[in-house]
Amino acid sequence: MEKTAQAGEAFLDIKDLVVEYHTDDAVIHAVNGVNLKLAKGETLGLVGETGAGKTSIARSILRILPDPPAKIMKGEIWFNGENILKLPEKKVRSIRGDKISMIFQDPMTALNPIETVGSQISEAIRLHNSISRADANKQAVQMLETVGIPGKRFTNYPLEFSGGMKQRVVIAMALACKPELLLADEPTTALDVTIQAQVLEMMRDLQKDFGASVILITHDLGIVAEMCEKVAIIYAGEVVEYGTAEDIFDHRAHPYTEGLFGSIPTIHTKTKRLNPIRGMMPDPANLPSCCRFAGRCPYTTDECTSSYPEMVECKSQPHTVRCVRARVKEGGSQ
Amino acid sequence: MSDILEVQELKKYFRVDGGSQLHAVDGVSFKIEKGQTLGVVGESGCGKSTLGRVILHLIEPSGGQIFFEGKDISNPNRSMINYVRENMQIIFQDPFSSLNPRMSVSETIMEPMIIKGGISRSDMYEKTLKLMDTVGLAQRFTNSYPHELDGGRRQRIGIARSLALDPKFIVCDEPVSALDVSIQAQILNLLLDLQEERNLSYIFITHDLSVVKYISNNILVMYLGQMVELAPSDELFENPAHPYTEALLSAIPVADIHVKHERLQMKGELTSPIDPKPGCRFMARCPYAAEKCAEPQTLQNISPDHQVSCWMKQS
Repeated sequence: MEKTAQAGEAFLDIKDLVVEYHTDDAVIHAVNGVNLKLAKGETLGLVGETGAGKTSIARSILRILPDPPAKIMKGEIWFNGENILKLPEKKVRSIRGDKISMIFQDPMTALNPIETVGSQISEAIRLHNSISRADANKQAVQMLETVGIPGKRFTNYPLEFSGGMKQRVVIAMALACKPELLLADEPTTALDVTIQAQVLEMMRDLQKDFGASVILITHDLGIVAEMCEKVAIIYAGEVVEYGTAEDIFDHRAHPYTEGLFGSIPTIHTKTKRLNPIRGMMPDPANLPSCCRFAGRCPYTTDECTSSYPEMVECKSQPHTVRCVRARVKEGGSQ
Repeated sequence: MSDILEVQELKKYFRVDGGSQLHAVDGVSFKIEKGQTLGVVGESGCGKSTLGRVILHLIEPSGGQIFFEGKDISNPNRSMINYVRENMQIIFQDPFSSLNPRMSVSETIMEPMIIKGGISRSDMYEKTLKLMDTVGLAQRFTNSYPHELDGGRRQRIGIARSLALDPKFIVCDEPVSALDVSIQAQILNLLLDLQEERNLSYIFITHDLSVVKYISNNILVMYLGQMVELAPSDELFENPAHPYTEALLSAIPVADIHVKHERLQMKGELTSPIDPKPGCRFMARCPYAAEKCAEPQTLQNISPDHQVSCWMKQS
């Protein structure tokens, strides 16, 4: 019971989450002891490269990891005082799509191609509310219009929509039951900047109206700057840096975060040459036991390759970093 | 400086149901100097990929002229096509679908040389290894198949293949949009290195404006098949003249929490490029739309190297 009371502070509290994918020839360590907290109405950005484990984290919250091969090995996910990972499947099903819903990355595959978009949205509404089909349809039309699609397109099939429109349909579906927590997995990656701007604007408005908390998975630091209050940088299945957007943008401490910023051309300054991070992320089936970034880091020392770095608290709370350099820096200045 | 490519009034119309015409590329004209990069930006469906393909004769143009190294290649015969294929190449967007899954890395890179002929197998193989080295692919991948490699490496194969015949000009069609930022930066730097070493000229097609600014000398903004603005990179970002360019630039999320910019909000999405009305095609979404916009717009210079097709900005 003590844990429930603790979890009451944060609206979502992920504790020591470990997800592995067991295949015939390897165990893939996708998520390795992730701790994250989210307050009500807050937007948390999960930033990292493909394969860093961002999507696995989000899918764990909804318990929609493909099992097999995925297994949640360890951890707790407290949502509204309940540990989702311990709930019976039936209970989770009533939360899914109602209290927590997800916008998937690829709108092309997230929709059923042989059902009209309207009936797909209305189905989601009817699943969680005991209302008539006609009323659900009416709400579905309203949702379509909320996301900027004319209601008369209710009877169209996904193939009749452009990518941007399809993503709006997916968003309409995700928001149809006014969720308390929205998991948005790269919601605008497949869209044009102009449409992206509209979709982000729309998400912000809807968040304001519905008061939803959002976990926004993205690799675009521009979107993070615009949308997120808190940011977690994910690398090889771990949180390597966590803090407010200000901490991350103005006082970033992890070399990987630094590398991410060095990799993006900006439109406001003249960039002569980008400074990409050399190499690639380590194979998640074969992670080093030392710092996971040591192989690509420009500051690697013996300590980095021999010991595993713990999260270090920086001066400005809640800023934390998984890097020995931060400890030295922080220690020295205190 | 000599121009490597000149395009005049290039058009590509596709016939669609009911005898209508889809204006994919509608009267585009520009020049590219040797060793320079022209960035082409616009939303999906604006005709930027079609433009790249029409220039390479992967799709036949409906009208207009294309000059490559001063030669008219608008209506190429057989030998002219061979010349075009040898000197003008393309790097595709999606490294997952643009490679033959049943060809190994070396076979993929070698294929253009086999088709061209006139070079021995062992020389081909040697050149393939050299190309792999150039693009940063380790030799141990020689016999690997695309599915064994990640997106960044696959895109390197695509680049190596496009270089196989030592072209002078490459159309890069969204070459980094399917890649992670850290890998994206590696590939962009590779493209810039290759340009320097080989004096290559690029058309760089993208929807990512920060990438286009980084890599281009000049930028062409397209909207529904038409060019709405053409200017040197810095000029375009500092003084965007066309309302569409302005809206496009203001839509980019900036990776800086202290920049809070006013966004010029566009309404709606691209309208249909099928049988468009004669007036400005951006009119329906333009926040400044006026009566005069319904008249046909022409591209005019507002400074020696800055062209725009909006009457409000033309004096």
